[in-house]
Amino acid sequence: MLKGGIIGLGKMGLSHAAIFAAHPQVNLVTACDTSSMILDAFKKYTNIKPYTDFKKMIDESELDFIVIATPTKLHHPMVKYALERKLHVFCEKPFSLTSAHGNELVKMAKEAGVVNQVGYHNHFIGTFRELKRLLSAQVLGDLVHFTGEAYGPVVVKGKADSWRSKPEEGGGCLFDYASHVLNLVQEVIAKPVNLQGAIMKSIYSNGVDDAVYALMSLSNNLSGVLSVNWSDETYRKMSTSITVQGKKGKIFCDATEIRIYLKEANEKEGLSKDWTVKYITDFAMPVNFYLRGEEYSAQVDYFIDNIINDKKPDINSFEEASYTDKVIEMIFKEAKRF
Amino acid sequence: MMDKVLFGDNQFFAVSHMSDEKSRAQAIRFKDDVSIIKVLDQAIETGISTFMCTTHDRIANICDHIRAYPAKYGNFKIYPCMPYAHKYANAITELGIMGTIKQYVPGNIFGTFAKGGLAFLSKDFLKLMEILIDAEMKMFKGINTPVIFIQNVLVDLLLGLKMMDVLVEYDSYIRKKYNAEPGYITMNMPMLLDALESAGIENPIICSSINKTGFRMSGGIALYEKYLTERHFRPIAMQVLASGAIRPKDAIQYLSNFPKIESVLFGASSKSHIQETKELIEEYVR
Repeated sequence: MLKGGIIGLGKMGLSHAAIFAAHPQVNLVTACDTSSMILDAFKKYTNIKPYTDFKKMIDESELDFIVIATPTKLHHPMVKYALERKLHVFCEKPFSLTSAHGNELVKMAKEAGVVNQVGYHNHFIGTFRELKRLLSAQVLGDLVHFTGEAYGPVVVKGKADSWRSKPEEGGGCLFDYASHVLNLVQEVIAKPVNLQGAIMKSIYSNGVDDAVYALMSLSNNLSGVLSVNWSDETYRKMSTSITVQGKKGKIFCDATEIRIYLKEANEKEGLSKDWTVKYITDFAMPVNFYLRGEEYSAQVDYFIDNIINDKKPDINSFEEASYTDKVIEMIFKEAKRF
Repeated sequence: MMDKVLFGDNQFFAVSHMSDEKSRAQAIRFKDDVSIIKVLDQAIETGISTFMCTTHDRIANICDHIRAYPAKYGNFKIYPCMPYAHKYANAITELGIMGTIKQYVPGNIFGTFAKGGLAFLSKDFLKLMEILIDAEMKMFKGINTPVIFIQNVLVDLLLGLKMMDVLVEYDSYIRKKYNAEPGYITMNMPMLLDALESAGIENPIICSSINKTGFRMSGGIALYEKYLTERHFRPIAMQVLASGAIRPKDAIQYLSNFPKIESVLFGASSKSHIQETKELIEEYVR
């Protein structure tokens, strides 16, 4: 059994706490937060020991790993403290507020030789994996254009007074929503390397962006569009998608389905001419415990499996996440504000 | 005794587990309450008399309609499922957990506790839970709600955290205050049944995915089949079509392997689909 602790019991933190606690090879022994209400609930109803000071928690608990699900500005000091004590670390996304901080942690994690992972859970969704596979198999031929999108109803009216409304703490649509899309584009297609223009818009929020739009080009010279808006109430929940156009056809992919259009049939892949639609039910990964989506459990299983078997992760490492931070930094620098 | 056929509401509120695109098309089709009521009436015409629905804001309008025509809906029952999680989840992202409680706990409650209301309440989880349940149940006043469910996202969160005492308190409050049977929706049926039994809740109503592809059956289909055959509980099957991956006849026929299944939950938007599925359930289940 691995002994784990968690820092941050907000929406993602609570969800992680439940998934880690339900894992058969994990004993989640301790949790840290600033909310006395949440800590009181943990004290009253669970065997998980509550703390308000994360350093004290780490020092006293003899942990194997730590889960960090705090506001982004706190990631750097917390991850650093854990790495100094050679703990395996699972950290929520986005990884850090600056690529300088991120790079420092990447280096430290390498030196410590610990498993390090960031919660870009889309890589554990079967449809996006299939998209990556199909692109690697070059079913679209020469690529022409991509669109990376995410829409959802997070801020749909003019009031917001949490850390998510403060850019200096990692709030805003670019950090919170667009980071998912940028990370997907980076790992499924290729790394964004240049911006040809960017816009950040405040719609209902004061001080942070509710939408971000950008033109960018990738390391494989493909150019495309980023379009992300978290103030779109026509969506019931966050909806993330990638569209890629090539000379041989086009693929649209989201978390529920992948639609492939080919000018000519691809017999090797069993894809017919015109449209083929495949659903997540064809790709879903069976998990032992389900909360909010297979991908959340699958990423936890992957993290624990890497610790137990002493493997290096090749999905969602600090290094990959830190590159996404760098792209966010580029957009922040270039963007025109509206 | 629950009805064999339970009519669900996912199709009305843009919930499709298979296609976000389909979800949006549904959202447009059912933008008026009238269009929802029309499909509900068609379900009633086929002989369905239980509607199992989330505590979505728009259900309040449907409840108003049901209350307005007592003769027509005299035998009609609703199984509420609370909470409507996305409402809270989006609010938590924006406002944090305390901010969300402030927003959704009815204002006059704080009047009762005067100044330190929220602080007082935040230490008394049982009271807080009762207030939130009452707030969600308000829209069903005067309507027959013999079974009241907690949604899977909350059941499974508490299950993972092993906060079974909260479910025990929910169980007794639903029985006491609403004179109804508590029900549990879950994506982790075997784990939940074990945990409920350990907490002293016997023969619970558990609604979970049951389909022959093993879709959303955490722990694996073999374990589900074992529990459906050997264990003592009142199963409701949902997601029997695995979001459309299985043909209706094959899907319902599979359920006939488990005579313990009391009810089947499904949603559909056309009268012919409703009719077809209902007849299959009547034919194959028990």
